Amino acid sequence: MNYNISEENEQMRMMVKNFVENEVEPYAQEIEEEDDIPQHLVDQAKELGLFGLSIPEEYGGIGLDTVGKCIVYEQLGRTHNGYVSLIGAHTGIGTTGLVRLASERLKQKYLPDLAAGKKIGCFALSEPGAGSDATNLGTTAEKKGDKWIVNGTKHFITNAPIADVFTVFALTDKEKGAKGGITAFVIEKDFPGVTVGKPDKKMGLKGSHTSQVVFEDCEVPEENVIGEVGMGYVSALTILGEGRVGLAARSVGSSKKLIDLSMEYAEERKQFGKPISKQQAIQWMLADMETETEAAKTMTYRAAWLIDQGEKAIKESSMAKLFATETYNNVADKAVQIHGGMGYMAEYPAERFYRDARITKIYEGTNEIQRLIISKEMLKGS
Amino acid sequence: MNIYVVMKRTFDTEEKVEINDGIIDEEGAEFVINPYDEYAIEEAIVLKEAHGGEITVVTVGNEDAEKELRTALAMGADQAVLLDTEDLDGEIDHYTISEMLSAFFQDKEYDIILGGNVAVDDGAGQVAPRLAEKLEINQLTTITKLDIDGESAYIERDVEGDVEIVEANLPLLVTCQQGLNEPRYPSLPGIMKAKKKPLETLDLDDLDLDEDDLEAKTRTVDRFLPPEKDAGKRLEGEPHEQVQELMSLLKNEAKVI
Repeated sequence: MNYNISEENEQMRMMVKNFVENEVEPYAQEIEEEDDIPQHLVDQAKELGLFGLSIPEEYGGIGLDTVGKCIVYEQLGRTHNGYVSLIGAHTGIGTTGLVRLASERLKQKYLPDLAAGKKIGCFALSEPGAGSDATNLGTTAEKKGDKWIVNGTKHFITNAPIADVFTVFALTDKEKGAKGGITAFVIEKDFPGVTVGKPDKKMGLKGSHTSQVVFEDCEVPEENVIGEVGMGYVSALTILGEGRVGLAARSVGSSKKLIDLSMEYAEERKQFGKPISKQQAIQWMLADMETETEAAKTMTYRAAWLIDQGEKAIKESSMAKLFATETYNNVADKAVQIHGGMGYMAEYPAERFYRDARITKIYEGTNEIQRLIISKEMLKGS
Repeated sequence: MNIYVVMKRTFDTEEKVEINDGIIDEEGAEFVINPYDEYAIEEAIVLKEAHGGEITVVTVGNEDAEKELRTALAMGADQAVLLDTEDLDGEIDHYTISEMLSAFFQDKEYDIILGGNVAVDDGAGQVAPRLAEKLEINQLTTITKLDIDGESAYIERDVEGDVEIVEANLPLLVTCQQGLNEPRYPSLPGIMKAKKKPLETLDLDDLDLDEDDLEAKTRTVDRFLPPEKDAGKRLEGEPHEQVQELMSLLKNEAKVI
């Protein structure tokens, strides 16, 4: 057993930690109030190579392994979740399809700009009628000559308002459906027939924008198919599977930050003549927050390590996503409780984390879907 | 241009310092590049970007300092050298460190050597000036601006809050003050590249030095933390009553008037 991380991973951890604390965190309140991430923070992330962390070196990225990515995401999770959502949706589901499944030609064409952050990626699977049941797609693609004609509506697409490159899933064979009838495409925002809607109004994740995307007789060149025609559902599962540990790592980072904030507050806030950190009720909450977060962290890095050993780690990734996101929500709830009335006030970050935590149990596969995956893996062959 | 940076690994300034039996407890503490040395590294990179050349970072310490050297490489230095103190049993002071550095520089060609104004741990600011004296080259401390044109350097120095403008010839040693620049973060590609950059370790034999010649010239007698501040005293009552009480306290308690 070896729990040590490599020297370069430790350097990355320190760099992202310092960057987040010194450069991003001072703008957290502004991001929340303006619902906008200052451009210079996005530019800085690009300069530091954060937009290319999952893209291989030969295409201009740095091709981190899964443990390395988790280390970066964990530290990004310590600040405003809208910021990490913008970067994560790009480096995770927004580019994984191209990295893992696309032809060499598509990789050469799109990955260098995505790695440098000159172009932003996003992932368009969800539809009004196809959420957890991702097989029930209404978006269709019909082959005409050497082009595919895509029609349909996607919604809740993170980064869509700023994205240049969309990974889009459409039904190419109604009869076959999920079993060979769904295909993944790369669609550029400038292709004729693409309309991006207004940003959705959300409970949290301010500054990270999601919106509807409508395809109306959108012409897509034949070579823009990602992977094989008909294999899109498998592709979607692969892409989402890889994203899970990343979201778990982000949730661990946010939980750790909430614990730090809660300890700080508990030592400052005096009631009954002493800091509330001297009260056992508070101490026990802190102990539970720390214990659950450490457990989530261990599960996350074990799943990441298994993936780096070449394992699929389907069950382990789902368990990490499930447990880490539920932990984040529990920790956020206790953090608000420790902050008392102040925890309900927008000027204290605990309030923001509490709202931002909620979506983690829903997106990148709801936690109900994670339980489904876990039990399926458990009962395999029985 | 041959650019050298002398740097030090120090306690993270945000760490809480604990002292046990006169020795600083390093257990579990985070270490960083001395923040003033970061200005020196950044300035070296700016110089290289403008004039070309090569940057070498040098430190005196044990193998733990390799981590900070790698960070300097990740920021943009080309190579790193660790002058290893493993063979030294006794105390190490600024004399020891500057002697080792000076031995290292004997056969080197350099246009400029940059260092931090002081190290945040002991705040002595001795090593770089001692090194310049040993090498018999020009030195300017606490610089806040540096422009190099050919063989001459235009420099602004922070002198107790005022600015002094100086022109000097290369080769030159400077120490960097806050305000000179904003050090960059090492980028992720920089960190990956740093793995492959050369990091050389030299021991006393390599430097042609003998342990006896490096014996510290100073001895630390004791170390202690500053006394904790007591809570202030709040005066109450009408303004003239408060003035009276304050006068009495200054006379009788503080005994300053």
